[in-house]
Amino acid sequence: MIEAINLTKRYAGRTAVQSISFSVARGEIVGLLGPNGAGKSTTMRILSCFMPATSGTARVAGCDVFRQADDVRRRIGYMPENNPLPGEMRVREYLKFRARLKGLGWRRSRERVATVMEQCGLTQVNRRIIGQLSKGYRQRVGLADALVHEPELIILDEPTIGLDPHQIRAVRQLIRSLAGKHTVLISTHILPEAEMMCSRMLIMYDGRILASDTPENLQRTVTGGRQIVAEIAAPLLSLREALLQLPEVESFDIMDGDDGFLRCTLTPRNGTDLRAVVYEAARQNGWLMRELTRNRHSLEDIYVQITQPPDEEEE
Amino acid sequence: MRAFAILLRRELAAFFLSLTGYVVIAAVTLLIGATFVMLIKNMGTEAFPLPVTEIFFNSSVFWIIVILTAPVITMRLFAFEKASGTYETLMTAPVGDVSVVAAKFVAALTFYMVMWLPTLGCLLIVSHFTNQAHALDKGLLGGMYLGIFLSGCLFLSIGCFTSSLTRSQMTAAMMSLAIGIIFFLAAYAAYAQVIPETGPWRTASVLYYFNLFRQMEDFTRGVADTRAMIFNGSAMFLFLFLTLRVVESRRWK
Repeated sequence: MIEAINLTKRYAGRTAVQSISFSVARGEIVGLLGPNGAGKSTTMRILSCFMPATSGTARVAGCDVFRQADDVRRRIGYMPENNPLPGEMRVREYLKFRARLKGLGWRRSRERVATVMEQCGLTQVNRRIIGQLSKGYRQRVGLADALVHEPELIILDEPTIGLDPHQIRAVRQLIRSLAGKHTVLISTHILPEAEMMCSRMLIMYDGRILASDTPENLQRTVTGGRQIVAEIAAPLLSLREALLQLPEVESFDIMDGDDGFLRCTLTPRNGTDLRAVVYEAARQNGWLMRELTRNRHSLEDIYVQITQPPDEEEE
Repeated sequence: MRAFAILLRRELAAFFLSLTGYVVIAAVTLLIGATFVMLIKNMGTEAFPLPVTEIFFNSSVFWIIVILTAPVITMRLFAFEKASGTYETLMTAPVGDVSVVAAKFVAALTFYMVMWLPTLGCLLIVSHFTNQAHALDKGLLGGMYLGIFLSGCLFLSIGCFTSSLTRSQMTAAMMSLAIGIIFFLAAYAAYAQVIPETGPWRTASVLYYFNLFRQMEDFTRGVADTRAMIFNGSAMFLFLFLTLRVVESRRWK
């Protein structure tokens, strides 16, 4: 769906995007992840034909974003950063205007506006003035605008910024519901969000793509195997003894828990799943166990690890 | 063409559904009304050989209205969209740059013409209550509105251009006011003939075409001067062309 080859964008004296290449397949939800100023918005602006790249090419659904800009624009729904909307228009009126502008016929635009208003939960505010709507509703109007002409590709620049948790949840649900039918490219600097919504993530830093994989694979590459945590009621010494004898365990750490339970953190050798092994050990010794979980390495760590500037690593 | 029609409708709605639009219309109506009252009072005491339209449009009030309202009408066009960010959603929709510029300019021009409609009411009163029965003469009216239209083409295209240059409405208005006043001063210089015919580089003869006052005088007498039409029309095309280049500039900047 998207194919970007060596995209570079230079502003006067500053390189925003440096020779990035990536591709997105049809039906994927891809997150563009990175700190502020990493070049996410610039990349999206190039893909949405708002401005051209300094060098490199990008194709959306086989059309070049510079030479066939009109064909590309018809195929994408783009919501820019901060979701700009005309404050003086009414919700329905605005969506109808946008639908007509994007080339839908009079009847078709009426149908589509009704559908997207339903889809985005805007039906009850359809006659309200956009400037008087809450931020959550405004965001939904922006989403409805991006969806109204049934684009093949939807590009959303920070769709959940500035919303309260309820609204964020609603927006996420909406985006997830688009999977399969549409291809979605979302930018965000919030990790759990990308983890929840995206099937694949591109991590950007300083105008470059540093990693591109599924959230799970990214975790694996960074952490090797997954640690597990077990809470077992056992005498400290015999527990230590038992764990030392397990060949699958590379290292472990035991802390005092409450109520006589000990909290062990175990790191596996060769990335094996330690849960069954630890359970079996506890069962054989007749120890009580009340927790056995895989320690999810948070994306936060991956993110920090990958995007760490070199000078910080040296310290 | 389809995009142009849709955008034009949207731009017209922005003018006529906003308070600013009606404030401008009200202010202009007030100025026109006050001037006519004074004019009529004077006409009651003295004998006037000229048609009432000519007297009004040769007064400075007309030019003050044109020079002040043009920046106010046009400053919004591009600057506001850029400042609020809706420019990005507009320019990523499948619309051509030409349609965007044309729709904005035509909407401004339409609003400008509507703004001058109250003059019709004044003329009606004049023709009804005085012996100036020819105040509503078709030729006079046509000439008068053609003159207004051409002045709009010139001054609104200037405003359109300056609005495309910046994201600040204030800056856009100030720039177009400055350019408008330069045109006004050039017209005054030509009208008052402050530069002698024998001056350097034929300044006087070039300046002759800038004589907006004389042009308006002709139009209000019912004379349609093609030189004035060509002058205003080409100035309009120049400024709209510049606007288009500015809008396109994001592609090669």
